[in-house]
Amino acid sequence: MTRKYDAIIVGAGHNGLVCAAYLAKAGKKVLVLERRHLVGGAAVSEQIFPGFTFSSCSYVVSLLRPKIIRDLELTKHGLHILPLETTFNPYLDGTYLLRGVDAASTRREISKFSKRDAEVAPLFSQAMAELSRLIKPIIDSPAPDLGSLKPSNLFELLRMGRILKDAGDDWVAANLKMMTMSAADFLSEWFESEKLIAPMAASGIIGTFLGVRSPGTAYVLLHHYMGEIDGSFRAWGLPKGGTGSISNAIAASARALGVEIRTEAPVKHVLIKNGEAKGVVLENGDELHAAAVVSGADPHRTFLNLVGEKELEPDFVTQIKRFRMRGSSGKVNLALDRLPSFKCLPGAGLHLQGDITVAPGIDYLERAYDDAKYGDFSKKPFMNIVLPSVTDPDVAPPGKHVMSVFVQYAPYHLKEGPDAWPSKREAFGDAVCDVIEELAPGFKSSILHRHVLTPWDLEKTYGLTEGNIFHGELSVEQLAFLRPAAGWARYRTPVKKLWMCAAGTHPGGGIMGTPGALCASMMLSEGAA
Amino acid sequence: MPRPTPFHERLAKLNEAYAWKEWSGYYAACRYETNHIYEYTAFRRSAGLLDVSPLFKYEVRGPDAARFLAYVTVRDATKLKVDRVGYCCWCDERGKIIDDGTLTRLGDEHFLLTAAEPTWRWLSHLARGFDVKLDDVSDRIAVLALQGPKSRDVLKACVQGIDFETLTFFGSANGRLGAAPVRVSRTGYTGDLGYEIWCDNAHALPVFDAITEAGRAYALRVCGLDALDMTRVEAGFILLGVDYFSAPHCVRDERRSTPFEVGLGFTVQLGREPFMGSAALEAEKKAGPKWELVGLETDWEDLERLYDAYGLPPSLPGQASRVAVPVYLEGHRVGQATSHTWSPMLKRFISLATVRADVAKPGTELKVEHTVEYDRRAVKARVVQKPFYDPEHKRKP
Ligand SMILES: Cc1cc2nc3c(=O)[nH]c(=O)nc-3n(C[C@H](O)[C@H](O)[C@H](O)COP(=O)(O)OP(=O)(O)OC[C@H]3O[C@@H](n4cnc5c(N)ncnc54)[C@H](O)[C@@H]3O)c2cc1C
Repeated sequence: MTRKYDAIIVGAGHNGLVCAAYLAKAGKKVLVLERRHLVGGAAVSEQIFPGFTFSSCSYVVSLLRPKIIRDLELTKHGLHILPLETTFNPYLDGTYLLRGVDAASTRREISKFSKRDAEVAPLFSQAMAELSRLIKPIIDSPAPDLGSLKPSNLFELLRMGRILKDAGDDWVAANLKMMTMSAADFLSEWFESEKLIAPMAASGIIGTFLGVRSPGTAYVLLHHYMGEIDGSFRAWGLPKGGTGSISNAIAASARALGVEIRTEAPVKHVLIKNGEAKGVVLENGDELHAAAVVSGADPHRTFLNLVGEKELEPDFVTQIKRFRMRGSSGKVNLALDRLPSFKCLPGAGLHLQGDITVAPGIDYLERAYDDAKYGDFSKKPFMNIVLPSVTDPDVAPPGKHVMSVFVQYAPYHLKEGPDAWPSKREAFGDAVCDVIEELAPGFKSSILHRHVLTPWDLEKTYGLTEGNIFHGELSVEQLAFLRPAAGWARYRTPVKKLWMCAAGTHPGGGIMGTPGALCASMMLSEGAA
Repeated sequence: MPRPTPFHERLAKLNEAYAWKEWSGYYAACRYETNHIYEYTAFRRSAGLLDVSPLFKYEVRGPDAARFLAYVTVRDATKLKVDRVGYCCWCDERGKIIDDGTLTRLGDEHFLLTAAEPTWRWLSHLARGFDVKLDDVSDRIAVLALQGPKSRDVLKACVQGIDFETLTFFGSANGRLGAAPVRVSRTGYTGDLGYEIWCDNAHALPVFDAITEAGRAYALRVCGLDALDMTRVEAGFILLGVDYFSAPHCVRDERRSTPFEVGLGFTVQLGREPFMGSAALEAEKKAGPKWELVGLETDWEDLERLYDAYGLPPSLPGQASRVAVPVYLEGHRVGQATSHTWSPMLKRFISLATVRADVAKPGTELKVEHTVEYDRRAVKARVVQKPFYDPEHKRKP
């Protein structure tokens, strides 16, 4: 006989860990099972090359809810977020834009390209912050159960927040536009300079298989602004020690609350009897029982692998299969002998301690998307770069540096099929380094080690189906009461006593912790664990 | 007009923010960039270098040096070992605190005392009858504070003649930085691992250059007082003129405090030969203090609710604040909160407050005044243990 738990959580991603901690805080006996040798899922720090700590996948934190930080006492358990104040955009024509040093210098910088845009920028930020604040009740509570609504009625969802109650017609219009427009078009209504529009629009494509000119990407912009809802007290920045330190802090808090965490314990399938989850069966054959099972894996893995089609209604299976995973991003982690020196702004400085976005034009981004549309990685990709060692000396030996490069597009479905990725991995890495070399000559000769992650690697190593970084695209039709399927957006599943707590549920991907926290609160309020 | 410190030549070049203030007659940098957050981060996560030369510094020499300082301060200086530093304060006859500082025993008959305010007159006044020689070295010794978890690595890379593995918390040692003789003490005002480096004015620039050069590999930053102020609140350290007032400068007696009332009771060593204020302190120790200096932590949910009622997200000053505000219990004032900061380390809004001793127990729920849109409101706050932030590496060998 095996011990009985109140809840078994499959997967020690940060959401699984948050869910476990909240359940344990309510006195439940909880076991977390993780297939890898370390906790964190897509929020891990790994020493792939001796002496250099990489945030292998996710690299910055912006959405982690402050309430979770407080409730789980994460700062006590080692979480510390370092500032990441500036945004640096180098362009191929030798110019650059550096925002975020302070208000006046940001205005001066934007004025290099458009005096008008320089004055619009703070108004835009204010509008986005206000919009995010109105949406706060939506992301901080379970999605309304509006399973019968069509995507075109998403509008209705806003009624649940305060948007339509508190906001005037302008806001409603702004919202509808955000829901339907492309990031490039939406931003063009505010700004005139492409030098500003292109890098801003790029946030609208992160984690999607869409281009900056594709409808719906404006909404993704807002998702990235949501970190603003806590004003300047948001958790925006670089986690000290890499994003793995967030997961480690949550795990430490969970353990202190009595949670048992087992690594190298892959779950083969959920044990189901008469349509009810009874526990799990591990790859090694062990059976573990619990009053409730919670999946911290993505919807495809959860339903198509861990549960199995035969336990589910065909309609539901179809919905899950249609839930788009299609990964489009890759990651290149580098150990560097010295800091890069950009042609447009040589030497060290404030611009290297913030985030560096390579999105030099709308056409550049759209062409990058074109490559991907036809099953190839972008020859000249969009990149988001950070150099954490500039502020966090512990992640590299003295004087050396780590560079994290988030890259789009790297479509999971290559025209030769996903399994062609291992043979294209280094060519993809080369394309990335070539663009950086062009912007920062001499960069390539500073590389001590290169670690390239394609969507195929994200799937194989990190367990993200099709390498999707958000457990399913953050497009409008896959959000809120439609995430991951209409009627099943409140952490429950069609299998009794089986719950979902990860990024594939409302409010979605990113290091946020909300899916895990909301799942736990739903379970507790329904006496499920 | 403030004067430049011996490091000013270098600091002025670095100060892109042109943000200076006056500190004891010297120019002191508030911050070097428009935003001081990276400086704060250096103190907490790598190494921050701060010019603290404006401190008042007095050397005391002579056969009676230890006995004299044991009489002036609340600490028994005769028990302080050579090459050790003691944090202490000094009081008037009524046990009311005048100032606080560090006392270093440089030799058997040789001490160095630091002070926030000029103390020459008070020391000379009390020195009658003691075989001691006082020397005001305030303007002759330059001091740098190097604070943060990487501070030891930086000093190891540039200081000769000191074994940093055996230089323990509140230890002090002589060494060299290139050609410059220096004294390094493991002390500071940030509550982190940290050191203070003392040298003659003449050596100030080469010392500064050697430390910043060695610090390059450890993300060292030159820091200003804005960042320091945040760390000192996190560390629970009080500041003269902000959290308490020097007895001789107070008009109302209510303003004067005893060491027990400002959290410095631990420095008071009773049960020895009488010293300034000892009788009063003895009595107060028995009766218990009327006030206590505590940590307060604002209830964030309550703060959010308060701002939400105005349709705003919470807003707090980006810097540590020294605006004193009343603290309430059930509508009655029970004290005042005097220093506040948002703590990026702890993700909490924290304050140092003096409250009535009967409401000073950790866990006690109080309210602190908070102004939103010109309205004076009150927000829930809880008494918590000080220091708010106390990293293990501060004391670790
Ligand atoms: C390259 C990349 C860059 C990103 N950048 C950012 C960023 O900068 N900022 C940001 O906020 N977000 C970023 N994200 C997104 C973010 O990391 C994820 O959305 C988030 O970490 C998902 O957390 P989760 O807990 O929901 O799931 P995951 O982290 O995916 O956790 C799922 C866990 O379940 C485990 N598991 C799966 N199947 C089993 C099984 N059968 N048995 C046992 N365990 C199993 C997995 O190993 C994994 O540990 C990025 C993601 C990637 C991939």
